[in-house]
Amino acid sequence: MQPQVILNEKQVDLTLRRLCYQLIENHNDFTNTILIGFQPRGIFVLERLKIKLEKILNHPIQCGNIDITFHRDDFRRRERPIIPSVTNIDFDIENRNIVLVDDVLHTGRTIRSGLDALLAFGRPKKVELLTLIDRRFQRDLPIQANYIGFTVDTLISEKVSVEWKETDGKDQVFLFTPIESNE
Amino acid sequence: MNNLSIQHLTGIKDLTPEDIEIIFKTTDSFKQVINRPIKKVPSLRDITVANLFFENSTRTKLSFELAEKRLSSDVINFSSSSSSVKKGETLLDTVNNILSMKIDMVVIRHPNPGAALYLSKRINATVINAGDGAHEHPTQALLDAYSIREKLGSVSGKKVVIVGDILHSRVALSNIYCLQKLGAEVMVCGPTTLIPKYINELGVQVSHNLREALEWCDVANMLRIQLERQEISFFPSFREYTMQFGLTKEILDSLSKKIIIMHPGPINRGVEISSDVADSSQSIILNQVENGVAVRMAVIYLLAAKIER
Repeated sequence: MQPQVILNEKQVDLTLRRLCYQLIENHNDFTNTILIGFQPRGIFVLERLKIKLEKILNHPIQCGNIDITFHRDDFRRRERPIIPSVTNIDFDIENRNIVLVDDVLHTGRTIRSGLDALLAFGRPKKVELLTLIDRRFQRDLPIQANYIGFTVDTLISEKVSVEWKETDGKDQVFLFTPIESNE
Repeated sequence: MNNLSIQHLTGIKDLTPEDIEIIFKTTDSFKQVINRPIKKVPSLRDITVANLFFENSTRTKLSFELAEKRLSSDVINFSSSSSSVKKGETLLDTVNNILSMKIDMVVIRHPNPGAALYLSKRINATVINAGDGAHEHPTQALLDAYSIREKLGSVSGKKVVIVGDILHSRVALSNIYCLQKLGAEVMVCGPTTLIPKYINELGVQVSHNLREALEWCDVANMLRIQLERQEISFFPSFREYTMQFGLTKEILDSLSKKIIIMHPGPINRGVEISSDVADSSQSIILNQVENGVAVRMAVIYLLAAKIER
């Protein structure tokens, strides 16, 4: 079946810009706020937010990446072990405001693992969640995002795929509806 | 990326170069983990590991135990000196008794070569060899190769000399396999009596001259003389051994390039290596110990992923 475009390049850009202003509304000039992107796909959202925010605020903002492989709850339930990506948190998160950034919020399990992984670095003052796409009504855990780029209602058999210029040639979001369920 | 091709780690001989790459890549991540404020991850909280040490060990046992605990697995320790082995129980009986307590993974050190392989074919648990007699010590070889990779960027194309008691050393054999699989050139150096006869079949060079070997190499791995495995004398005296094969600061400084010094421990200071060399900036002995925990975490993590639920 043909994939359906949910957000095209221009819409992705607009959405990210709106998310930046929403972040600024709550975090002012980001002096006590750090953005942390989830490996491997959340970091692309983070990079774009960082560029836009720094342009608007006119000063650098602190960012990091987090890998959640060792904190997942599906270890030994998958056929292959997941080889981890790099975690870059070379700063103190104690008493800081953290905004976790990911591309798609689906079951909430990644975020649960991410919170677990994050707390291994210290005790932040507050943790918020930003997601580019929210697959509403698909949650396994009671987790919601504070900042949502685009909300989409999907069936469990459908797949949302976020593509990025660096890896796929273009920033765009697709919804795949397979004929046979693949989940 | 693929999973490991093995179910048990009984020796480096069974590993493919891809397996070693997977282990090293995972080790990179665990090295990050053990340098965090909270050095523990919850991956293995449903796994129980038994450390069965039928032979003395300090470093390896501590390193394995720490690795297991940092992965959140449950750990039980066993050492033969305080057990029913002294009362005549066989290895298989001892292990089966322990396994009936629902153990998922066994780390075994044993004085008999092949003990880990023997167990892996007979018990329903994942086996990791922590040294079997003079046969293999795979995790030591992995951490040695990882330490070389960390220091020099890669192992491929590097020249490594292993100096000392090659005949009785499981570290030497595992290191030869591991380094060759990663594309390094290996030389062994020691008195004729401590070089095994079959060594040429392994495709390594042999030297009986320490200075010549050190001039050739990028990395020197200094081994200990294994007193506990020598019923007869293989050389006239320690003093004579040290005169010919002991690495001193004078020799090190007289070389045309700066080589890296490694030692699997325990060190006999003043015998195979002098104190100032062991503590010099060229020595990566303590890095090896740190990497040991991370490498073992990677091996346990990757093998645990293969245990069926």
